[in-house]
Amino acid sequence: MTNTLHRFGDAESFHDDFIVFAIASKGNNDQDALPKLRRFLEIAVEYKPVNLGDARHGGAFRPSNSMNPVAHWKRDIKPDFAAVIRGLDTATTCAAVFDNRVAAEDFVKRIHEEDFGLSVNISTSIEGAEQCCHHAGLPRHSVGYSLGFEGKTEKLPNSQVLSLSTMCGHGMISHSLAQKMIDLVKEDRRTPEEAVSCLARFCSCGVFNPSRAKRILEDARTKTK
Amino acid sequence: MFGSHPPVRHMTIDPHQCVACGNCTYVCPMGAIYIDPVRKRATIDRDECVECYACYNGLSQEHLNPTLVRTVRRLLALVRVRFDPEPDVCPTAAFKPDELTWPRVVRRAFSDPRVPHESTGVEGRGTEEVKTNDVTGRVKAGEVGFTIEFGRPGVGVRFHEIQEMCHALAAAGVAFEKKNPVTSLMTDVATGTIRQDILSEKVMSAIVEIKAPVERIEQIIRLVGEVEKRLDTVVAIGVGARCDERGEDDVVAPILERLGYHLERAKTNAGMGRATRPEREPTPGMVKA
Repeated sequence: MTNTLHRFGDAESFHDDFIVFAIASKGNNDQDALPKLRRFLEIAVEYKPVNLGDARHGGAFRPSNSMNPVAHWKRDIKPDFAAVIRGLDTATTCAAVFDNRVAAEDFVKRIHEEDFGLSVNISTSIEGAEQCCHHAGLPRHSVGYSLGFEGKTEKLPNSQVLSLSTMCGHGMISHSLAQKMIDLVKEDRRTPEEAVSCLARFCSCGVFNPSRAKRILEDARTKTK
Repeated sequence: MFGSHPPVRHMTIDPHQCVACGNCTYVCPMGAIYIDPVRKRATIDRDECVECYACYNGLSQEHLNPTLVRTVRRLLALVRVRFDPEPDVCPTAAFKPDELTWPRVVRRAFSDPRVPHESTGVEGRGTEEVKTNDVTGRVKAGEVGFTIEFGRPGVGVRFHEIQEMCHALAAAGVAFEKKNPVTSLMTDVATGTIRQDILSEKVMSAIVEIKAPVERIEQIIRLVGEVEKRLDTVVAIGVGARCDERGEDDVVAPILERLGYHLERAKTNAGMGRATRPEREPTPGMVKA
């Protein structure tokens, strides 16, 4: 789930972006991981996440393969956490996304108390993750730093688009779609909530942060690149 | 690598179903879908498509009658009225996965995150990195684990570009992570040579994982920086470090900051994991170049 590491933005821009994910190590502790991962997701719901997901089936915003045409006028744009928990059928990476530090801290502390024995990582600003660990009484074990994007960066879009599209580090949210959503919000043809749910449906593991995306879209409505 | 499994499907757009609404042109991360002005149908640029399935998996599908939709659209267009559908819907479910054969199958393996890599069994990019370091002990004190990722965000990369970096790293004597999808495609780990028949294949992104002593951080970052100038893609570097018993990293972060990096974001392993199969051999580590 390096897909959470290289989000575009500075540390301040991650003040509402905390991803806590649990992962089993193949061949080391994955044999009995499925019920633990399901419990991880169930507990997360108690702490009011903004998204939830597993790497195999996706997040709490999902596309439909049998959409009714009437749905164009009354589309459900709310996350469906129960569907994520219900759909988990394999020991894959599970993630919970929070938009405030207190919830993330309390969740990490609770997971520590549950003692699942799975690896738990926090992806956010360096300071934010430190505080989560400190709150749970845990010294950090390891840290993976993002050094940002290099190389042919002239191929990358503007910062607003990049801030949205990199919230799915697997690349499932295209730059073009992110730009289109910004444009639709600017033109007042879609609300930020509608645009956010559209983007989130493309995230294939549920780490897209709808709260942060809404903030970015609100900013993009009035600000230049 | 993929031989023992049934063929993976790949993507086509059924011209009888497509109504050229254009929604799919925006959702393709590689920009590989366009409306052919002659055929008046959405068309996939096969060379640019990385088989990520974002179109098929991400678009909601309606099952409207294509003839009816085309007629309505044509009538509306006559009076310069444009239907404003939901932007993430394919109104006629026109995308059809089709058979995918070697070597094209590697595109999907490295681009569709829902398909686990067979070499590691891990979804996404197929790597565990320091995410499970509390269980595997892969990166120890005094060491640093690099993830050098190519193609993200939204640019893509071909394997010959990845190979160019691997050649340079191998020449510098670094060790490639054994449990890594790119390493599994090398025909010669000592030189970082990737199998010839996939070098032209384009993928969404791929990660090369290496490990080195802390003393070599600067050398490796400078080497990567030199090589990436010759590549036609973007590179994202991740640097993994083991913290001390107090949970502090007083070693790697200062080096990175001295090299001019502003460390904004990190993935922090909280150290809750433990092996439940202690009788097993330790997780295979690095393959020395």
